[in-house]
Amino acid sequence: MKVTIDGQEINVEPGTTILQAARMIGGESVPPAMCYYSKLKGSGGKCRCCLVEVSKGSEADPRPMPKLMASCVTGVMDGMEVKSISSERVLDARKSVTEFLLINHPLDCPICDQAGECDLQNLSFKHGSAKTRYIEERRRFEPENIGDKIQLHMNRCILCYRCVMTADQLTDNRVHGVVNRGDHAQISTCISKAIDNEFSGNMIDVCPVGALTDKTFRFKQRVWFNKPFNAHRDCDKCCGKTTLWMFGNEIQRVTARKDQYHEVEEFICNECRFDHKDVNDWVIEGPRKFEKDSVINQNNYTREIEPVKIDTEKNILLGRDKDRKKISMPAVPLKEKEEKVYKEGNV
Amino acid sequence: MKILLEHANVPGIKTYEVYRQNGGYRSVEKAIKSMTPDEVVEQVKASGLRGRGGAGFPTGLKWSFIDKKSGKPRHLVCNADESEPGTFKDRYLMEYIPHLLIEGMITSSYALGCNLSYIYIRGEYMWVFRILEKAIKEAYAAGWLGKNILGSGYDLDLHVHCGAGAYICGEETALIESLEGKRGNPRIKPPFPAVSGLWSNPTVVNNVESISAVPWIVNNTGEEYAKIGIGRSTGTKLISASGHIKNPGVYEIELGLSVDEFMNSDQYLGGMMDDRPLKALVPGGSSVPILPANLIFKNAEGGDRLMSYESLSEGGFQSGSMLGSGGFIVYNDTTCIVRNTWNFSRFYHHESCGQCSPCREGTGWMEKVLHRIETGHGREEDIELLWDIQRKIEGNTICPLGDAAAWPVAAAIRHFREEFEYHVRFPEKIKNRDHFVAEPFEKVRHLVAKQEI
Amino acid sequence: MEISNAKQVINIDAQLMERINELLSHYPADKKKSALLPVLHEVQDAHDNWLSIELQDKVAEILEIKPIEVYEVVSFYTMYNQKPIGKYMFEFCRTSCCAIRGAENLMDYTCEKLGIKEGETTPDGMFTVVGVECLGACGYAPMMQLGDYYKENLTKEKVDQIIEDCRNGKVNLH
Repeated sequence: MKVTIDGQEINVEPGTTILQAARMIGGESVPPAMCYYSKLKGSGGKCRCCLVEVSKGSEADPRPMPKLMASCVTGVMDGMEVKSISSERVLDARKSVTEFLLINHPLDCPICDQAGECDLQNLSFKHGSAKTRYIEERRRFEPENIGDKIQLHMNRCILCYRCVMTADQLTDNRVHGVVNRGDHAQISTCISKAIDNEFSGNMIDVCPVGALTDKTFRFKQRVWFNKPFNAHRDCDKCCGKTTLWMFGNEIQRVTARKDQYHEVEEFICNECRFDHKDVNDWVIEGPRKFEKDSVINQNNYTREIEPVKIDTEKNILLGRDKDRKKISMPAVPLKEKEEKVYKEGNV
Repeated sequence: MKILLEHANVPGIKTYEVYRQNGGYRSVEKAIKSMTPDEVVEQVKASGLRGRGGAGFPTGLKWSFIDKKSGKPRHLVCNADESEPGTFKDRYLMEYIPHLLIEGMITSSYALGCNLSYIYIRGEYMWVFRILEKAIKEAYAAGWLGKNILGSGYDLDLHVHCGAGAYICGEETALIESLEGKRGNPRIKPPFPAVSGLWSNPTVVNNVESISAVPWIVNNTGEEYAKIGIGRSTGTKLISASGHIKNPGVYEIELGLSVDEFMNSDQYLGGMMDDRPLKALVPGGSSVPILPANLIFKNAEGGDRLMSYESLSEGGFQSGSMLGSGGFIVYNDTTCIVRNTWNFSRFYHHESCGQCSPCREGTGWMEKVLHRIETGHGREEDIELLWDIQRKIEGNTICPLGDAAAWPVAAAIRHFREEFEYHVRFPEKIKNRDHFVAEPFEKVRHLVAKQEI
Repeated sequence: MEISNAKQVINIDAQLMERINELLSHYPADKKKSALLPVLHEVQDAHDNWLSIELQDKVAEILEIKPIEVYEVVSFYTMYNQKPIGKYMFEFCRTSCCAIRGAENLMDYTCEKLGIKEGETTPDGMFTVVGVECLGACGYAPMMQLGDYYKENLTKEKVDQIIEDCRNGKVNLH
């Protein structure tokens, strides 16, 4: 089947979704996905970040689709033409969804363990606005303890349902789910039960935001200060292939290996994730490579850093330029002499 | 011309005996004994009957989509989760003539080849649920349900299932989820229910009123049904009338009746309550755009506005609305449009399932902004903000609830912008009052009129 | 999700079990979960109109599903109460059609008469007043739901009468 995305043609198997086809092409046209996860059956369609415009339905029925379609759950048709970043409508919709996702999301990136590898952070860098139009109080949930392995921060959750599907599909006894409805829907066990089974740790890996983080790694390190290494060990429960996040010789965190769309290559068990923090337990294969523009890569301090100049007198004693302007009422024109003093300062 | 409510006033029509004496279950006899299932589908197609739940999709066409090739069991589910504010017609039908729906379900199930069908009724209609349960028992006892109906070899089991308070379950895929015992989260389409619905089997979901029209169509042929009504709006429609009118209630009208006659004749609504002036009208349930007084009886071109799918939507969203589910809500000049819009927004916020982000976050945001304006804390830019939020929700959600939440807000701003401005500019005048305006807006309109020098 | 610490006596007697089995017979044998909503209604009616976590666990056991599947459903639908409520719950519709016919004022009147605020229960555990969204009785506004039935075309006098009848035990809930 032939499908064209932003003018780039590709042949794909029937049953492929638009998003999968776009990922095969790669590059800028790949729609962002917050809830879709190729390894989880039935995921996708919820976050609406991946909306695309179908400008031609198929060869047989060339009519354009009136609504924007969620590319992660829309199958391709032969001859379909899709507009992703080449459509204003699509970009506008992505901006809208980003705004909706952010209005109730706490601004706690500075203390969030997910920062640096957060899909929502990436999305807002690309499609978000620096200002918010939401002046009401943000939504807050009561904290809930779900055991000593996983930390749940419900305030950060975007309800992608990935963790629920992970629990459903990797284990046979799901104890957490989505309760309540509407904007008060939340991930919960209802009875503060510990989520504890062989594969529960994968919920951390699939979470696109900082709602589910590794309790054993909590506040230990900003992710960009860690050096990731591929490693493996013999494990009778899972593939044993992981990424170790090192700080010096210390293993601070173990995760599954994630690809460029932040999806795990293979799920790992809790023993590999939580119980083997000794370097001797692992066969280290070598550094894990990340795409060039990832936050982790950009801040690894291997590139040359410009020295920071602090011009104390000019920049600190005088105050910030914009503050000075505020004080001196720009609406009133200054006298020539005053203007000079204002510009240069009279320190 | 009455089709659905023809026998509504016959004493005891609730019981099987009286219903049968008045010609009940004739359509089942006719269909099973003398027609093939496909012939029944053809009759419904020929009737031009359109889905009465709100979307107006042709029922016969919907039926023809059901997947008969897969060999999986098929299901017919009747959508009796009537929760659209302003609509209470299905309840009337089920409460007073329960056997009509059951007869329709049997005939329709036969046409679709279903052996297990359900009526999904909203949980609040608990007494109607019991009425239906009783009526179904009567139908089983009389041999209209169960194994080998009328000796034809056709089996049908029909049950009534109750919801538990969720507007979203009126959306067909959410209804199916709910019927499976899950949260009412709408499914992503495709696959459509006609291919994969209840328990992944091909399923058709139809409104109570649509199914109740089937017996008449089978008895009198689709061609006869198509002669009633006007243009593509064939047949009769139940209208639930509420608000500031003299005679609120459920009325069966022939589509094509003029809005003026419906509103003002004594046969129908009998004009405005207390003879106060008409301010606005929501013609098809809370989700459809509200119409200001000047666009109710006449469309923008000056033509008569009729009660039909086409006429009510003349002028698109600029100057028209929709017939929707027939929830006819009339407002007089004591109504505050801003407060009413906030009320609708609160409803959609409360009923959003929370699955997709634009609706989950957007409906709550709209309610908050509207509440702020209504309580006198609005800012001038809030009107633009509201417009922008509704624009961003519309069309970007999984199911139509997002659109339904956006349209009333858009229409209110479009037609009653001055009233929003009045709220923002004169907060002291609108604070500390209940649902009604202290003085009709016409008296204060000059305060927000555009100044020309 | 609201979790109530109040204790509930769980009593699934033979009559209730019979009704549950009747409901279960409406669905294919391998689709027991489908009966969840109607079963919860029956169980709630038999247990002072609310569902404790223990009772929800019991329902999960009967339907052979995971407890979380019941919690998810109970918290989604508004008709299931997760904490104890008054014997008589007045649910006033406050959506547009009822509101413009005076539902809000009537609800205020009722609250004042009973000496409680919206959402509260009287100290004697007799009455709860809540505002709910559209109940589908728009033409008969203002109205409220009491048990399985609707009380329509309400006025202050009618509300007084209903409260009086409740106190005298003359009101049928189911």
